[in-house]
Amino acid sequence: MAAVTPEVLTSTHVEKMKKKKLPKRYWEETEKTDQSQRRPEEEQGKAGQNQNKSTVKEKSLKRKNGESLEKKDPFPGEAPIPQKQLQKFQRGKKCKVPAGARERLKEAIAISEAMSEHAQKQAARYDLLLPEDAGFLEGDEDEDTNTISQADIADAVDITSGSKYFNLHLSQFGPYRLDYSRTGRNLLVGGKKGHVACIDWQTKDLKCEMNVMETVNDVNSLCTLRSASRWLHTEAMFAVAQKRWLYIYDSKGVELHCVKKFNDVLRMQFLPYHFLLATASATGFLQYLDVSIGKEVAAICTKMGRLDVMAQNPHNAVIHLGHPNGTVSLWSPNQKESLVKMLCHRGAVRSLAVDKTGTYMVTSGLDRKLKVYDIRAFKPLHSCFLPAGASCLSLSQRGLLSAATGEIVQVYQNVLGSNPVSKPYMAHRLRGQIWGLAYCPFEDVLGIGHGEGFTSMIVPGAGEPNFDALDTNPYRSHKQRQEWEVKALLEKVQPELIGLDPGQLSKVDQASFEQRHKEQIEALGFDPLAKDKFKPRTKKKGRSSAGAIEKRKRKVAHEDQRDEIRQSVQERTEREKELKEKSNEKKLGNKSTLDRFRK
Amino acid sequence: MQNENLVQISFFNQLMLVHPRKKQNERSEASVQVSEYFVNAEGTGDKVNLSDLLGTVEKTSGASNKTKKQLRNLQSSKETLELPLNKQQTEKIQRGIAYEKTTAEVSCWKNIILQNQKAEQMVFPLNQESSGPKRVEQVVAGWKVQTPLEQEIFRLLHGSRQPVNDPVLTPVEEQSLKAMSLEEAKIRRAELQKARALQSYYEAKAKREKKIKSKKYHKVQNKAKRKDFLKQFDEMVKTNPEGALEELKKMELSRMEERMSLKHQNSGKWAKSKAIMAKYDDSARKAMQEQLQMNKDLTQKMVVPSDDEHESIEEGLETVPDFVNDPETVIDPVNPWMRGQLTHEEPEVSCVTAEEVQTAEEENEEEEIIGEFERKRKLSEVVEEDVVEVSDKEEEDEDEEEDVSEFNTLFRLMRSEKTREGSNQTRGGLNTAGEEDEEGLLSEGQIRVRSIEDLEVLDEVVEPRAIEEPSAPQTAAAEATSEPPHKKKREINLKEVLTKEAKAVRLPFLPTVVDEEERDEQISIIKEAFAGDDVISDFIKDKSRQEAAGRPAVVDLTLPGWGEWGGVGLKPPRWKRKRFRIKTAPPPPRQDQKLPDVIISEKRTASVASHQVSQLPFPFQNTAQFESSIRTPIGSTWNTQTVVKNMTKPKVVTKLGAIIEPMVKEDFIKSKTTAAGDLVFLSNCPKKINFIIFFLLQTLSSIFVVSLLGCLLNVPT
Repeated sequence: MAAVTPEVLTSTHVEKMKKKKLPKRYWEETEKTDQSQRRPEEEQGKAGQNQNKSTVKEKSLKRKNGESLEKKDPFPGEAPIPQKQLQKFQRGKKCKVPAGARERLKEAIAISEAMSEHAQKQAARYDLLLPEDAGFLEGDEDEDTNTISQADIADAVDITSGSKYFNLHLSQFGPYRLDYSRTGRNLLVGGKKGHVACIDWQTKDLKCEMNVMETVNDVNSLCTLRSASRWLHTEAMFAVAQKRWLYIYDSKGVELHCVKKFNDVLRMQFLPYHFLLATASATGFLQYLDVSIGKEVAAICTKMGRLDVMAQNPHNAVIHLGHPNGTVSLWSPNQKESLVKMLCHRGAVRSLAVDKTGTYMVTSGLDRKLKVYDIRAFKPLHSCFLPAGASCLSLSQRGLLSAATGEIVQVYQNVLGSNPVSKPYMAHRLRGQIWGLAYCPFEDVLGIGHGEGFTSMIVPGAGEPNFDALDTNPYRSHKQRQEWEVKALLEKVQPELIGLDPGQLSKVDQASFEQRHKEQIEALGFDPLAKDKFKPRTKKKGRSSAGAIEKRKRKVAHEDQRDEIRQSVQERTEREKELKEKSNEKKLGNKSTLDRFRK
Repeated sequence: MQNENLVQISFFNQLMLVHPRKKQNERSEASVQVSEYFVNAEGTGDKVNLSDLLGTVEKTSGASNKTKKQLRNLQSSKETLELPLNKQQTEKIQRGIAYEKTTAEVSCWKNIILQNQKAEQMVFPLNQESSGPKRVEQVVAGWKVQTPLEQEIFRLLHGSRQPVNDPVLTPVEEQSLKAMSLEEAKIRRAELQKARALQSYYEAKAKREKKIKSKKYHKVQNKAKRKDFLKQFDEMVKTNPEGALEELKKMELSRMEERMSLKHQNSGKWAKSKAIMAKYDDSARKAMQEQLQMNKDLTQKMVVPSDDEHESIEEGLETVPDFVNDPETVIDPVNPWMRGQLTHEEPEVSCVTAEEVQTAEEENEEEEIIGEFERKRKLSEVVEEDVVEVSDKEEEDEDEEEDVSEFNTLFRLMRSEKTREGSNQTRGGLNTAGEEDEEGLLSEGQIRVRSIEDLEVLDEVVEPRAIEEPSAPQTAAAEATSEPPHKKKREINLKEVLTKEAKAVRLPFLPTVVDEEERDEQISIIKEAFAGDDVISDFIKDKSRQEAAGRPAVVDLTLPGWGEWGGVGLKPPRWKRKRFRIKTAPPPPRQDQKLPDVIISEKRTASVASHQVSQLPFPFQNTAQFESSIRTPIGSTWNTQTVVKNMTKPKVVTKLGAIIEPMVKEDFIKSKTTAAGDLVFLSNCPKKINFIIFFLLQTLSSIFVVSLLGCLLNVPT
């Protein structure tokens, strides 16, 4: 029976489709002519049956018309939402109404539950509007995808995608570090020997180029850089960590600030929602600079030596630092000591990368191991041994891991999970030592900075296909950018809220009153609830002599002391009473009526 | 004596002004409600027997024997009635009943208040008419029954209350009917404008005239008025004899009063003193003469003098016909300033003025002006002009004087209030006050500026009241947290965790695939390289240090040598150590207890705490409930537009500029009654239709149902 019904349904659908007249299109003409050519043949073939069929059809139509008056909507109510999508937007657990709850509580819970369910459903419904999906490279039988060369891929794909594979030969100013802007439109490259350049990498348009005549340790694009047409009107900035100090340049390459508080910076991370630039220096200092107000928010002495491995957790804005003693430490600007310290490698940590969702961390160390951690539980998931070791790591938005092993860049698929990997998804050999790796957001592109310049590599399935236009829109206009800037500044998250648990704010603070009071005293520098010291009034007629004042003071002090003593005595007597009662109960409890016969 | 009376009467009048008292009418005839104090029935004191009332019952044949018997029994019974409950108890019962009634009355609001409290959004004003498409009832309001069937149903539904053929006007039509035409409206507006303008002119004129200070002018005015009045009176005699008679009666009455009283008889204290002075003082003599003249004038019969105070109060200043009362009229009751000044004048000055008044000549104009200036100067000196003076000369009793001063204080208080309101008003008040005390002209003497009572009143005002400030003692509840006893840590081999077997990765670009042997070699090389720095032991040390720092320190209070021998190398005994080393409760287990290769900081982040909710909000019983209730974010970053709007909609919406009236009982009670009414109609309907109507009523309004029924019943069944 179950098999029959779908057939019926399909047949009805087909009929409906036939009935409906589609608007005429010029490209459909050929098809229609074909059909018209075919139809007469069919008619000739089935001429005899045709008349009967037509009458039958009419009858059925009539009946259908009659039915349609009585029939109701076959799909009543709202369109169902797939469970999977609903699951995607589930926030926390549903709260059950306790059995003996009061009316008000019941109502409050019911209202909030209804609201969150409504929000979840709506979000799931609107998820349909994200139709793009990422694809991956698939090899033929007996063909490893990692053997496919970049040139082949570039030839196979369309021209615009093919143009994303390119090389910049910059052999003069040493190995390059790089950073993409958050929208993925602009690329910032900084050579070890002072060469800094801004490029709109898709149009290959050079925004600015200069030589800072100093060693460049790291580059970081702070705000977004804009497309060519509006270039002059925007004041996008980028930070360059030079030999001694941190410099901030605008998009034209004009030096805006030389931040001398930040010296010997080796690595930088920009926290976009907090407008914080976190820097790690060679002297072991982790410093936070609020870019929106130009203030140093926190400076933490890590006491861990030279800090040249750094990553940020995009989920909770916690900074991860890798250390020469094989540990990885997690930091927030609110705490002078590390939040968490993990021993990851036997040797020094060479590189770090954190997943977009803040669930996984990938580390590579001098012990030539690559480890994947679950940083919610701080437990290693799996580790693999890379013969050459990985000097640079980078995770894409879709979870592809790229590791630089010597001159070779390897891309791994499905690293983030419990099952270990055996072979890379893609690989690409370069000519110089790799110095920087970064995936371009919303693009299937991996940027590689190396000794001989810069290489843009196509990695199918790396970028997130759907972007949030209100957050990071690669195609945004000048006006949109302006609006985004204002909105982002208004919605700036305060640095106090950085912590391991980003949902901490939505929890009730269950610290005791004393603890909070202590914290308050620490913050204010005095006790706001402290009792005022007794101040004797000045009396006249010689009664306010020093001795008399002292006497009065002592009197009050004695009185206070007496109060205290009285209270403590009362407490003690109460306690004793309770104890006595308890012991009495025990005694009585142990005694039974037959006890008196016992000897 | 005269003066004394004058003072008394004026005082009484003013008292009356301040506390207008209702006159108690004496009852002279019986009415429905008979007071036991006024009217006595005939034969009072006689007891009314039951037989008097029910004697007729015996004779009537219709009454049953049973009742007759009962009545007889009742008559014969000697039992007295029970005493009525005492006042307190009856009042208590009444209060109880009243309470129940009011609670019943008030509790009908309970539901709607609850409903409003629960409502997610309230839109004020409450019963607003929607600006959009109207409801069916409003549209169908002009609907008229036409077919006989419809008429029948209409009759069924509405009973006989509403005539079917009654032409119903729509509210719009009614409004249009009510409205005037444009021309009419214009004419009416013009009329109104004219009337308003005239009124304002008249008012301005009256004001201006009132402000004129010239005595001469007012004299002339008064003369003219007098003449006018005489003319009118003459006319009245001819045309309206009744009115004239009334006027005459009034005059007669005033004459009678004057004759009865000792006023103006030269018998008062003042007059006596004047009489002594009269020998030497011309002015005193003149004053006495003047008084006598006044008396003569007032008691003259031919031209009936009118000195009715009540009348003067009633009729107002302008219309007072005091043509007979020469001295009074000349003193000019119209001008308040004259009045006020005269009361405070020195006897000499008053005499002069009196003389002036009597003679009423224009020759003394210069003197008058000078006098006026003097008066003005004095007026500015004397602050409280309206207060009744208590002169030393008066032969009043002590208590009377007290009364007066009491009144004065009251009056002063009132005055002070009035002065705040505006000078114009105070002048008016002065005017009215001045009119009543005509005798004020004649009362001379020192002014008591302030009495003892005044001072007392002041004291009361000034007396500061000590307000006790309630001191809120702050109590800090101390919570003692009891932790489960600290367990011994499990030893976990760190090395085991760290050296989780790693899988080798084959690489296409590597020149040589790493062999097993080679890998071993490499491992050994690495081991050699990192032989010096033992990473793991360092980490373990670090962790143990952290754990130690987290543990609370033991407080050692032992005093070596206390109660025993002390010295170098001597340790305090065990019992002492046990007793005086205070151990605090162990902290909760560390988060990284089971993670050997991780150190998690146990420090609390106070920075977030300042932004967190520290106390559980009201309806929630535990934190989990509250946290789950706020787990869904409301921002537009995480939600669709409609959801954000829905989530952040305001609790109360008010229409700009609209008046929010308090809720009226009818608003929600009406709705109930209409619903009930519909059901009543239902019960009247025949059963066949009943079912259909009931079905329809669930969804549609009643009027729409009627029209629908008409359609349905047209179909032959």
